[in-house]
Amino acid sequence: MTTPSTQLGRPVNRVDGRAKVTGEARYAGEFNVPGLLYGQVVSSTIARGRIKSIDASEALRLPGVLRVFTHENRPSLPWFDRKYRDDDAPSGSPFRPLHNDKVVYSGQPVALVVAETFELARHAASLVRIEYKPDSHETDLRAQRKKAYAPRQGKDGFEPPPKPWGHADKALDKAAVKVDAEYETPVEHHNPMEPHASTVIHEDDGTLTIYDKTQGVLNSQTYVCNVFDLPKEQVRVRSPFVGGAFGSGLRPQYQLFLAVLAARELKRSVRVTLTREQMFTFGHRPATLQRVALGASADGTLEALIHEAVSETSSFEDYIEVLVNWGSMLYRCDNVRADYKVAALDCYTPIDMRAPGAAIGVYALESAMDELAHALRMDPIALRLKNYSERDQNKDKPYSSKELRACYQQGAERFGWARRNPEPRSMREGHELVGWGMATGIWDAMQQPASAKAVLGLDGRLVVSSATADIGTGTYTVMTQIAADTLGLPIESVTFKLGDSSLPMAPLEGGSWTVASVGSAVKEACEKLREQLVTFARKTKGSPLAGVGAEEVVFAEGQLRNASDPSRAVSIVEAMRLGGVTHLEEQTSAVPSPKQQAYTRCVHSAVFAEVKVDEALGTVRVTRVVSAVAGGRVLNPKTARSQVMGGVVWGISMALHEETALDHTLGRFMNHNYAEYHVPVNADVRDIDVIFVDEDDTVVNPLGAKGLGEIGIVGVAAAVANAVFHATGRRVRGLPITLDKLL
Amino acid sequence: MNRFSYVRARDAREAVDVVSAHPTARFIGGGTNLLDLMKEHVTHPSHVVDITRLPLKGIEDTPDGGLRIGALVTNSEVAWNAEVKRRYPLLSKAILAGASPQLRNMATTGGNLLQRTRCYYFYDVGTPCNKREPGSGCGAKTGFNRIHAILGTSEQCIATHPSDMCVALAALEAVVRVTGKDGERAIPFADFHRLPGDTPQLDTNLKPDELITAVELPPEGFAAHSTYLKVRDRASYAFALVSVAAALTLDGGHVRSARVALGGVAHKPWRNPEAEALLTGKPATREHFQAVADALVRGAKGFGHNTFKIELAKRSVVRALEEAAGREGQP
Ligand SMILES: Cc1cc2nc3c(=O)[nH]c(=O)nc-3n(C[C@H](O)[C@H](O)[C@H](O)COP(=O)(O)OP(=O)(O)OC[C@H]3O[C@@H](n4cnc5c(N)ncnc54)[C@H](O)[C@@H]3O)c2cc1C
Ligand code: SF4
Repeated sequence: MTTPSTQLGRPVNRVDGRAKVTGEARYAGEFNVPGLLYGQVVSSTIARGRIKSIDASEALRLPGVLRVFTHENRPSLPWFDRKYRDDDAPSGSPFRPLHNDKVVYSGQPVALVVAETFELARHAASLVRIEYKPDSHETDLRAQRKKAYAPRQGKDGFEPPPKPWGHADKALDKAAVKVDAEYETPVEHHNPMEPHASTVIHEDDGTLTIYDKTQGVLNSQTYVCNVFDLPKEQVRVRSPFVGGAFGSGLRPQYQLFLAVLAARELKRSVRVTLTREQMFTFGHRPATLQRVALGASADGTLEALIHEAVSETSSFEDYIEVLVNWGSMLYRCDNVRADYKVAALDCYTPIDMRAPGAAIGVYALESAMDELAHALRMDPIALRLKNYSERDQNKDKPYSSKELRACYQQGAERFGWARRNPEPRSMREGHELVGWGMATGIWDAMQQPASAKAVLGLDGRLVVSSATADIGTGTYTVMTQIAADTLGLPIESVTFKLGDSSLPMAPLEGGSWTVASVGSAVKEACEKLREQLVTFARKTKGSPLAGVGAEEVVFAEGQLRNASDPSRAVSIVEAMRLGGVTHLEEQTSAVPSPKQQAYTRCVHSAVFAEVKVDEALGTVRVTRVVSAVAGGRVLNPKTARSQVMGGVVWGISMALHEETALDHTLGRFMNHNYAEYHVPVNADVRDIDVIFVDEDDTVVNPLGAKGLGEIGIVGVAAAVANAVFHATGRRVRGLPITLDKLL
Repeated sequence: MNRFSYVRARDAREAVDVVSAHPTARFIGGGTNLLDLMKEHVTHPSHVVDITRLPLKGIEDTPDGGLRIGALVTNSEVAWNAEVKRRYPLLSKAILAGASPQLRNMATTGGNLLQRTRCYYFYDVGTPCNKREPGSGCGAKTGFNRIHAILGTSEQCIATHPSDMCVALAALEAVVRVTGKDGERAIPFADFHRLPGDTPQLDTNLKPDELITAVELPPEGFAAHSTYLKVRDRASYAFALVSVAAALTLDGGHVRSARVALGGVAHKPWRNPEAEALLTGKPATREHFQAVADALVRGAKGFGHNTFKIELAKRSVVRALEEAAGREGQP
């Protein structure tokens, strides 16, 4: 019999919250061992060319400086691409630090200085003299767009653009009302508070214990083993806490390579921590140029949908993301054409960043939808409802669930949308113009194979583990809840362990699939424990539950009980004694059910924003946001709300603040610090209201929950941009909407 | 960060002595700028001379009815000081528009005057910069110059002075008191900071061995009609794209005297007494404010990313003068 949920759906506090606020939680760059050495990276100052010479003599003269590693003196390592590939690598030839004298981007690591102290390493690094032979470089996407090409190959989880159907260009020509616009999005960096760091502990027996900042300990472990030709038993990667990653930890970054290289060569423990500036040297959200053209009949029926995007990649890999597929998933249309190309720049390969593809693709799409609504003189929600898709046209499949209508309706009600005057510039307060805008959000609800182990002890404690990560999303908490719920235990009796390559297999923490994937495995492992306990309690003579039907047994408050007569009960520990065991252990792998294949599985949202724009000075404030999300079953409303709120804040940031500015003459990012790379501060963030609409989904995974890590950001930038239009009558088609664009 | 010697000065004389004996030695106040510059390898002092124990922490009346602020008074203390708030609200407002509470708690009056530009290139030793390394070129001019100057620029450098406090001090016509090997002197605020010219490495006319001891405010504080307007890329914790310190004395609806200083547009707080004089005796109306704004930015030149500042500066001047006059939203 299924036990009613006691832990799921509850706003349980973060189980790791106390450790984090007291400083007890330690991060990759904070594990200390006696004799630890410190590595400081020297970064290239040119974007493309060759290293003519490296003079490290001044650095090496300082007592306490042990070695300066460069391409000239590094040990011999494999050169096959496949040895350097990782679980998130796009096709191409992965970057190999210190490989040869070639410089392929500005900020490339070209030397590692290793010294007895951090301060000394930093100082010595400033003394390394490097001469370059620069070549011309190209970092301007606009200039390179003419050389854009269809990406050579896919990548795990990548959906190519749908094949066109109907005659989109002809239909656009003939449409009664149309919009055809180009949108531009800039490079953005993840900027997690915690810088990337790896502490490599060289154990006495020669094995390595590595504390790495990563979203996947197994990915880092495999990478290190492949590159340095080590058996898995000799490399253990741990990452118990991550101070934000947002995608930047999906691939092993160069500090890991360098720290391992130094530790192996020096046979000492080594830590490499990147500087804030160096946090801008290994992957970012790609710049894009996107054309969206929409045609409609006078009643708002969508007759043509064209979405073309050119996105940046590096000279050595084809980074790809799903930019242009969303329109024909959200809206029904008979004539669709989507096109996706990449153009190579002399920058590092981009990397996934919160809702990769959707965050910027849906920005362009939903801006264009707003333009169309305005051209049609139609309410933006009415236009979306008119073209609401019941099926995913790209794959011709139904949705496993899609309560987007409820999102529009409940979000609009909370926001007060009905009172909106459609006329731009119709609301004003003092010298500020007020505007209201909305947009739709969509993201995948995926499940990946994952494993988990559950161990129950005679002390009544349950320890569950999986090699997943908690990048601040609440994995520790939600997994603890799922396990406690399945076995009817209080939260305090359950410990969840993660971030250790010696634990059962888990996928990278990304794509908002962790709850669905690892959560399902945790649930299954705990269900297997249940079965064993039930057997002990029913089959042992003298047990209060002897003879009770298996389906009659429920788990609550640490006990197994007869559902119809709760006075007949045994504690979990007693049940174990009855079975004569001192501990119980189950490990399972959860794989997505084949029936998922018949459906498209997505999470949706409707986002509403209010802005106030100073008419003379152009400054924009986002004063109110309502985000209504259809995300299946919400396991923890508190962590869920935090995730969505964080996403909304980031969406505001995308809309108004974020841009990594490139100097094309130098081929270099210039605002590489927290003073000049702007994210919102408290004063920029006002009311954010999060609604979770009811959504029942029995297909998406056994928990019925959809990941909420990414949906929060999708649609926000469009809602803000649409609100800016409504306030000012000005359509700004490039992010961020800085005041100069509104003067 | 390089290796350096730390000296804790017992008195002003000792501080000046150490700095004059070692050409690259630096005083340290709150350290909120100097330490960053050292960590980024922009500045490499041989000696760091800690002046925070010197008795320069008082705020007191001057005989002529003004106020004297010791060089080591923190930005927070100045901003929240009752006399400053009552008599010089413009100064208080300008300081509170800058940085963050934590930084203002550390930052000193002397250090604020001498904080260096926030030009991206100046901070990035991997790029050319004439201010950091004379003769290496100006990365910003041909590169990304959104935050750069539109007035008083030179071939060599287009950086701005980033301080908010200094914009108010310029409008108030403060005087900087300094002491050095050659004794004490007083520098009028307008002569304190320099334009870049051919020596962009020099931000001020302070001699290398000179220590700031105080900033003196004249009696007129424009308490009734002044404001500080800061226009920036986010609501707080960002440097000004353009800022305006506007101060008026009014006679009925007419302007008796006007001061307008601009921040974020030049290598020093930008003033133009001739432009200000356009308001003397005139009605405090938008039309006349506009004339001052136009005159103030006459000759301004943009470098691409920052060209918008020309129009923004004008609009900001008008808005600030309207606020100062208490005439917002009126013609
Ligand atoms: C992230 C960030 C944001 C900021 N935002 C703003 C902002 O929005 N607006 C703003 O105005 N400022 C801002 N600031 C700058 C801040 O105001 C300055 O860093 C601060 O005022 C410097 O004062 P300090 O005492 O810490 O100077 P220090 O760092 O100690 O010294 C700076 C310089 O002054 C010299 N010096 C110090 N005292 C004396 C003295 N008495 N005599 C002679 N020389 C002296 C030092 O040798 C050094 O060269 C910001 C700073 C940071 C880090
Ligand atoms: S503007 Fe001045 S500070 Fe900036 S790069 Fe040019 S010379 Fe250096």
